[in-house]
Amino acid sequence: MNILVCISPVPDTTSKINFKEENTAFETLGIQYVINPNDEFGLTRAVHLQQKVGAKVTVVTVGDTSCEPILRKCLAIGADQAIRVDLQPQDGFQVATQLEALCKKTNYDLIITGRESIDYNGGMVGGLLAVHMGIPYVPNCVHLDLSGNDVALEREIDGGKERLKSSLPLIVGAQKGLVEEKDLIIPNMRGIMQARQKPLEVVSPIEVTAATLVEHYEKPPEKGAVKLVDAEDIDGLIDLLTNEAKVL
Amino acid sequence: MAVVVYLESQKGTIKKTGFELASYGRAVADALGEQLIGVGFNLQDTKSINPYGMDVLYNVDTPEGSFFNADRYSSTIAGIASKEKAQVIVVSSSADGRYLGPLLSAKLDAAFLSNVVDLPTQYSPLKVKRSCFTNKAFNRTLSQKECNILSLSSNAFGLNEQQGDVEVRSEPYAEATTDLEVTAIDQATDKVSIADADIVVSGGRGLKGPENWHLIEDLASVLDAATACSKPVSDMGWRPHSEHVGQTGKPVASNLYIAIGVSGAIQHLAGINSSKVKVVINNDPEAPFFKAADYGIVGDAFEVVPKLIEKLKARKH
Ligand SMILES: Cc1cc2nc3c(=O)[nH]c(=O)nc-3n(C[C@H](O)[C@H](O)[C@H](O)COP(=O)(O)OP(=O)(O)OC[C@H]3O[C@@H](n4cnc5c(N)ncnc54)[C@H](O)[C@@H]3O)c2cc1C
Repeated sequence: MNILVCISPVPDTTSKINFKEENTAFETLGIQYVINPNDEFGLTRAVHLQQKVGAKVTVVTVGDTSCEPILRKCLAIGADQAIRVDLQPQDGFQVATQLEALCKKTNYDLIITGRESIDYNGGMVGGLLAVHMGIPYVPNCVHLDLSGNDVALEREIDGGKERLKSSLPLIVGAQKGLVEEKDLIIPNMRGIMQARQKPLEVVSPIEVTAATLVEHYEKPPEKGAVKLVDAEDIDGLIDLLTNEAKVL
Repeated sequence: MAVVVYLESQKGTIKKTGFELASYGRAVADALGEQLIGVGFNLQDTKSINPYGMDVLYNVDTPEGSFFNADRYSSTIAGIASKEKAQVIVVSSSADGRYLGPLLSAKLDAAFLSNVVDLPTQYSPLKVKRSCFTNKAFNRTLSQKECNILSLSSNAFGLNEQQGDVEVRSEPYAEATTDLEVTAIDQATDKVSIADADIVVSGGRGLKGPENWHLIEDLASVLDAATACSKPVSDMGWRPHSEHVGQTGKPVASNLYIAIGVSGAIQHLAGINSSKVKVVINNDPEAPFFKAADYGIVGDAFEVVPKLIEKLKARKH
C-alpha cells in the first residue's frame, strides 16, 4: 500500500506577519517554517498505518530548496521517502496540478493533505486533486480506518460529525482528531540520523500557470484600546454591548 | 449570464448564511447586470428567500433519507452554473461550503477564492479582498479565470433586504462520480453551531476544570450563543475537539465573542479575530487578550460570570 502525504511548509504559528516590496510580497526574513499543523496530524496517521498494515509513506512538497529541512523532519518522524517538486507555487491550483502529475506516474492508494494550510487558508488542494483524479475526497477528516480496500471515515461538520464509507484510492483532508495532539511524533536522535539516509528526490515541475495571483497585502487596521469595565459594574458592560456595540 | 449562490439549509429551512449569500450575490449580480440564481436542496420554504431579491431558485429534490453528498451536490450546482453561464458562484465558509468550493472549481475549470471578506472591486478579471494567515492579514487577489467560485466569510457582508419574487424551478439531482457515501450523521447537540452563531462564548484553562463549564453553558444559553474553547482545553479532554477555536481549530467570525479565562495567545487570537466585537473576562490585567478585545473586565470569572448570567436573565424577562 502506498500513502502520499502532501506537506505545506508554513510560518510558525507564533510568527508576526509582515510584508515587503510595498506590500506585494510576504516578508520571510526571520520567519521560522514548520510543517503545517493539519498536515502533521495526517503524517502521524500515515506513520501509524505504515506500522499497522506495512504501508509505504511518501511525503511530497511543492516548493524550492528552502523546504528541504521540513521534508527531512517528515522523514525523521517516520516517512520512508520524500519528493520535492521544484517550484515556488503561487496558489493551491498550481500545487494541485503538480501533485496530479505526480499521482499519474505512481499509484497512491491513500493521499493525505491537510484540511487547509494556515498561511493562505485555501483548503483546496485535496478537493481539486480529487476531482482531477476522479476519486473521492473527505475534508475535515477526524477518523480513518482501513479494512482491505474499504475505508470508514468521519468528517467534522458544523455542530457534529458525519460518518462515511468509501473504497481506495481516496484523498482525505487531515486535521486534529485524525490523531490526537499527544500522538504527534517528536523525532528522536535515531530518527533524525536515519532521515539523512532516506531518499529525497527532486522532480521538475510541469508547465502550469496559477489560477489566482495575490496583488497586494495589508494588515488589519490598528485596534483602539480596550474599554475596561469594573468587575462590579456588570450593568455597565451590558449597557455598552447593547447601546454602543449593538450586539445584544 | 448569472451569479449563482448555494443556499444551505437545515431540515428544509434556509440557514441565515443563505440569506447573507443571497444579499452578497444580489450586489454582485447588480454590479454585473445579471440575474441572481439560487440553488438549494430539499427546501420547504422557498418563499423565505423572497426578501433578498433573488430571480430564480432551483430547488433540487434528493431521494428520501439521503444525506449531503458533496460530489453529487457539486455536480448538480456545476450543471446549473454551466447552463446559466454563471460568471460568479458564491458558497459559504461553513464546513460544507468549503467542501463544495474546490470541487466546483475543478468541475467548472474556475478559480476558487476562499475567505472572501468584501465585494469584488473589479470583475474582468475579478479582483477581491480576502483574509489570509488565519486573519492576521488580508490580501487582494486577482483571478486568472473567467469563472470564479467565492467562499464568503460569515458575517463579512451582512443582510441586505429588498423586494423579490423568486421563480422556483426544479432540477434533477446529478449522478455520483465516486463511491463515497455518507452513512450517518451524529449531530453533537441541537445547539447552535459555532459557524452559525451570532454570539460565541468561549472558555479557557482559567476555568480550572470541566466541572465549571456550566458557567460557559449557562451564559451561552441566555445569549442563544454557541460554546467554544481554547486548544489546551480540548487537548485535555475537558471539552470536545469540535469546540476548539483558533488557528488550528475552527475559525470564528461571530458578531460577539466572549472569552472567559482565555489568555489570548497569538494562535487563539488568529482564529477569532474576525469576530466583530470581542469581550474578555480574565483576572490577569496583563493577559494579551486585553490588547485584542473591545471590552474587558479584569476579574475572577467565578464571580463575574454568575452575575452576568443573572443580569442577562433578568433583562430577558
Ligand atoms: C502549533 C500551535 C497551534 C496552536 N493553535 C491554537 C489554537 O488554534 N487555538 C488555541 O486556543 N490555542 C492554540 N495554541 C495554544 C496557544 O499557544 C495557547 O497555549 C492557548 O491558547 C492557551 O489557552 P488558554 O488561554 O485556555 O490557557 P492559558 O494560556 O493557560 O490561559 C488561561 C487564562 O485564564 C486566566 N485565568 C485563570 N484563572 C482565572 C479566573 N479565576 N478568572 C478569570 N481568568 C482566569 C489566566 O489569567 C490566563 O490568562 C496553539 C499552540 C501551538 C504551539
